[in-house]
Amino acid sequence: MSKQVRQLDRVVIRFAGDSGDGMQLTGDRFTSETAAFGNDLSTLPNFPAEIRAPQGTMAGVSSFQLHFADHDIMTPGDRPDVLVAMNPAALKANVADMPRGGTIIVDSHDFTKRALAKVGYEASPLEDGSLDAYQVHEVDLTGLTLGALEGSGLSRKDAGRAKNMFALGLLSWMYSRPTEGTERFLRKKFATKPTIAEANVAAFRAGWNFGETTESFSISYEVKPAAMTAGTYRNISGNLALSYGLIAASQRSGLPLFLGAYPITPASDILHELSKHKRFGVRTFQAEDEIAGIGAALGASFGGALGVTTTSGPGIALKSETIGLAVSLELPLVVVDVQRGGPSTGLPTKTEQSDLMQAMYGRNGEAPVPVVAPRSPADCFWAALEAARIALAYRTPVMLLSDGYLANGSEPWLIPDVDDLPDLRVDFATELNHTDAKGEAEYWPYLRDPETLARPWAVPGTPGLEHRIGGIEKADGSGNISYDPANHDLMVRTRQAKIDGIARSIPPIEVDDPSGEASVLVLGWGSTHGPIGAACRRVRAAGQQVAQAHLRHLNPFPANLGEVLGKYEKVLIPEMNLGQLSMMVRARYLVDAIAYNQVRGLPFRAEELADVITNLISDTDGE
Amino acid sequence: MTDTVETPGITGGVADLGIPALRHVPKTDEPQKTADFKSDQEVRWCPGCGDYAILAAVQGFLPQLGLKRENIVFVSGIGCSSRFPYYLNTYGMHSIHGRAPAIATGLSASRPDLSVWVVTGDGDALSIGGNHLIHALRRNVNLKILLFNNRIYGLTKGQYSPTSEVGKITKSTPMGSLDYPFNPVSLALGAEATFVARTIDSDRKHLTSVLRAAAEHEGTALVEIYQNCNIFNDGAFDVLKDPSTRDDWLLRMEHGQPLRFGSEGSRGVVRDPSTGGLRVADVAEVGTDALVVHDAHTDDPSYAFALSRLSGQDLAYTPIGVFRSVERPTYDELMTNQVETAQGASDADSATGLTALLRGNDTWTVV
Repeated sequence: MSKQVRQLDRVVIRFAGDSGDGMQLTGDRFTSETAAFGNDLSTLPNFPAEIRAPQGTMAGVSSFQLHFADHDIMTPGDRPDVLVAMNPAALKANVADMPRGGTIIVDSHDFTKRALAKVGYEASPLEDGSLDAYQVHEVDLTGLTLGALEGSGLSRKDAGRAKNMFALGLLSWMYSRPTEGTERFLRKKFATKPTIAEANVAAFRAGWNFGETTESFSISYEVKPAAMTAGTYRNISGNLALSYGLIAASQRSGLPLFLGAYPITPASDILHELSKHKRFGVRTFQAEDEIAGIGAALGASFGGALGVTTTSGPGIALKSETIGLAVSLELPLVVVDVQRGGPSTGLPTKTEQSDLMQAMYGRNGEAPVPVVAPRSPADCFWAALEAARIALAYRTPVMLLSDGYLANGSEPWLIPDVDDLPDLRVDFATELNHTDAKGEAEYWPYLRDPETLARPWAVPGTPGLEHRIGGIEKADGSGNISYDPANHDLMVRTRQAKIDGIARSIPPIEVDDPSGEASVLVLGWGSTHGPIGAACRRVRAAGQQVAQAHLRHLNPFPANLGEVLGKYEKVLIPEMNLGQLSMMVRARYLVDAIAYNQVRGLPFRAEELADVITNLISDTDGE
Repeated sequence: MTDTVETPGITGGVADLGIPALRHVPKTDEPQKTADFKSDQEVRWCPGCGDYAILAAVQGFLPQLGLKRENIVFVSGIGCSSRFPYYLNTYGMHSIHGRAPAIATGLSASRPDLSVWVVTGDGDALSIGGNHLIHALRRNVNLKILLFNNRIYGLTKGQYSPTSEVGKITKSTPMGSLDYPFNPVSLALGAEATFVARTIDSDRKHLTSVLRAAAEHEGTALVEIYQNCNIFNDGAFDVLKDPSTRDDWLLRMEHGQPLRFGSEGSRGVVRDPSTGGLRVADVAEVGTDALVVHDAHTDDPSYAFALSRLSGQDLAYTPIGVFRSVERPTYDELMTNQVETAQGASDADSATGLTALLRGNDTWTVV
C-alpha cells in the first residue's frame, strides 16, 4: 500500500502523558531526530514539580511541545497541530490548547470509567462528541505495545512502559523522521539492560510499522530542512549552553572555574553539567546552602578563580548579602538566576521574568550590579561569556538572568569556532602601585583604572601586595577602613559610576524596523524575544509596520536606548511579570511605555501578542 | 619565644601521625619576626580586651611556621574578633556575619597552596553561621578556625550568646536567658571534626602550643579560645585563671599522659561504667591506675565527646588542650585529586578539548 505524502512548512507537536510516562524523553528524541534532519526547531518542556505526582491526575500531566519548520522559527509554537495524549488526564489538560481541526492521537487503553472519573469526565470524550472539532485517532498504544513485546521476556508492567517509544515510532513515521539515532540512543542508554533496550527498540519499530500499515493513518508528512547559515550545528538547551559558556569563559580568561551551588529547580542542571567537566580544571562545590554556595564562589574569586554561583529566585534572596559584599570587595563573580514563578516557592518548574527588580535592587545600600539576559536557549552561551567579560573587566558581581523556559527549551545552535570567542584575559596586580608620604612604595587595593574604574586584583600568593579587604567602607585608594562622610559619598558614587561606565563597552541596541516607518516599538528582554519576534512577523505579514528591539543588558542600558525610544510614538513592553522593565524604562527615560504582562508560567503566545500589537497600531495611527 | 614549644603531648602526637601538613604551602628562606606580621592599622579593640593577647600570640607564632607571608590568608565574619585580619600583615578578608567558613572553603579548595585561617566568635560561628561551621568540619576542609568564645555579644553591646549560661541577665534578657547553650567542642565533635582543641587567651604558652598543633593538622582544625570581654562579660573565665580556683577547675590534657588535675593532682578522669562515659573522681578513692590516659588520636569521636561533657555551664570542669586529632583526607585534596584524575585521563589540549565539548556527539552541517 502506498500512502500519500504531504508537504508542510511547519508543524507543532505536543506529547502529553503522566509524569512517569517518559514524555520528556520522547520529546527529546523527536527533537534530536528533527535537528539531525535539518529543520529549524524550538521546544517547550512543561512538567510538574512533583517527581511522581499521583498517576492519572491532572496535576501529574507532563508535556513536551516541539515546533519544527523548513524556515527559521522563533518560538515553540502557540497551539499544537498534533496532540499525543497518553491518558484521559493528558487529554483533558491539553485539549483546550488545540485549534479546531487539529489532530489528536489518544492512547485509548486507559479510557476506563475509573480513569475518566478521576479527572472529572462523566462520559468518555471519545464517545460523547465533545471532540468532534478535531481529527481524533484512537489507538490502543499500550495494547499494541504489549502485543509487539509478547515473548520479549518482560513482565506486562515493564512492557507497557515502552508505550512512549511506540508513540514516538508512530509520530516518526507520520513526519518522516530518521530513526537510526533513536535506536542507537536506546541501545546506549540501556547498555546494561539489553532486554529493556531491545524491547524499547522493538516498540519504537512497531510504532513506525503501525503507521506504515494501518488504515487509520492515510497520510504522512514531510517538512523539508530549513535554509540556515552555513556551518555545523547541534541542538542545545539553555542550561547546557550556559554551562558551556561558563567553561568557555574560563578557558578564554585562563582562570579556573569555581562553581559554588545548592540544588534548585530549574538551575540544578548547570551544577550537574559543570561537575562533569573537571578536565577543564572546573571545580564544583555542592554547598550546604545557597549562602555557602555564593560564599565559596566569592572566596575562590578572591583567590583568582572565575567564581560562579547558580540558582533561581529564592536562592538569590538568600545570596543577597553576599552579592552586596562582592559589590564592596569589587571582585569578579557571576551570579546566575534561572528565574521561575514566584513569590516564595511559587511555580518551580514554570517560567517567569519576575526577578528583574530583585536582580537590580534586592540588596541593602546602594549596590549596583550589572544585569545581562539571554534571549534564546542557544544565546545562553553568549550571554554567559558576556557576563564573565563584565565581571572580570570591571571586578564586579554580574547577574545573569536566564529563565525556566530558556533553561529547558532547546534550539539548533551554530557551533562557534573557539578562536573567535572573545579574549577574556585579565592581568593580576603584581607591583606596588602607590608612593606614600615618606616616598615609600606601597600597594593600594582601591586605586582604580582610570578607564574602567576597576580596582587592581592582587591574589593571595603575590609577594609584597598583602592587603585586607572587607565589607566595611573603604577609603578611596588605600582601602583602609573609613567612616569619613565625604569618602563614603565618593565611594558610593564611584561604584555606581563604574557600573554605569560599562555602557561604553556594550554595543548600541539594534532596532528591527524593516520599513523604517513603524510608529510602535516593541521592547523586550530575555526569553520573550522569540514570541515578540514571531508576533512582529505576523503583524508585518498582515501589512502593518512594527519595530522590535531586545535588550541583552538591563544594567546598564545601552547608551542609545533613550534615543531609540524617543523615535517611536508608542513603546510596548511585554513581560512575564507585572511590568518591571517598563517601570525601569519609564523612570529612566520618562517614556510613557505601555506594559503588557502575563504570569501564567508559560511563554507568551505569538498570536496573542500580535493582536496586542495590532490593536496598539490602530490606536496610534488612528489618533 | 623559642622555635619549639614544650608541649610534647601535642606536637609529638601530630608528628606521630605522619601528616606532612602545610606541604602545599610555599616556605620562606628568610627569617621572619613578629613585627613582619603586624599591619600598619591601629588596633581598635577596647582596652583590656582578651583579643589583644590572642593577636599578640598569633603574630608571635606565625613566624615559627616559616611560610611565605603572602601565602597566608585570614578570613573573618562579623563581630569584635572578626576585625582580626585587619591587624595582620597577610592577605585577609573581613566578610559577613557567619559566612567566613563558607568563603574560606571556596578559597582553600581552589588554592591548596594557601594556609587559610578563619577567625570567628561564639555568635558568628555558632549562631548565625552555625550551618557553615558544621559543614566545614564534616568536609574536613583545610582550614584553621579560631573561635573566640567570650559567651556574650560584644559588638552589638551585650546580648546573650549561644554559649551564655542559662539565666544570663543581659539587655535582651532582663529576666534571664532561656536558651540552653552550645558547648562548641561537643558540637564540633558531633560533626566529627578531625581536630578540636580548647585554650585560654591569658595562657600565652598554652595558646601558642595549641595554635601550632592546629597549624600542623591537615584538615579542619577548630580551636576554641576562651576570651574575656571586659566590657560586657568581664571575668567570665576567672575561675579558670584565678590561682585559688584554677587548679581545681582546669584539666590540662596531654596526649599519652593520665588525665589528672586538682591541687596536688587530687583529681582525675575515670571511665564511668554506668553511663559509658567519663567522670571526674578523687584519685585517693580510685587509685592512679584507674585514670584514663589521654589519647587524642582515638578514631572514635565518642571518647573526645565524653571529655567535652565533663564541663558544665559553670565551667566545672574545663579540659584544655587537644581533644581530638585524627587523620582523614581533606576536602581540598580530594577535590584536587578528582580534577587531576580527569585531566590525566584526557590527552587533548584545552583548545581542542573545548572545540570537542562544544560540538558534542550529534551535529549536522549546513553548506
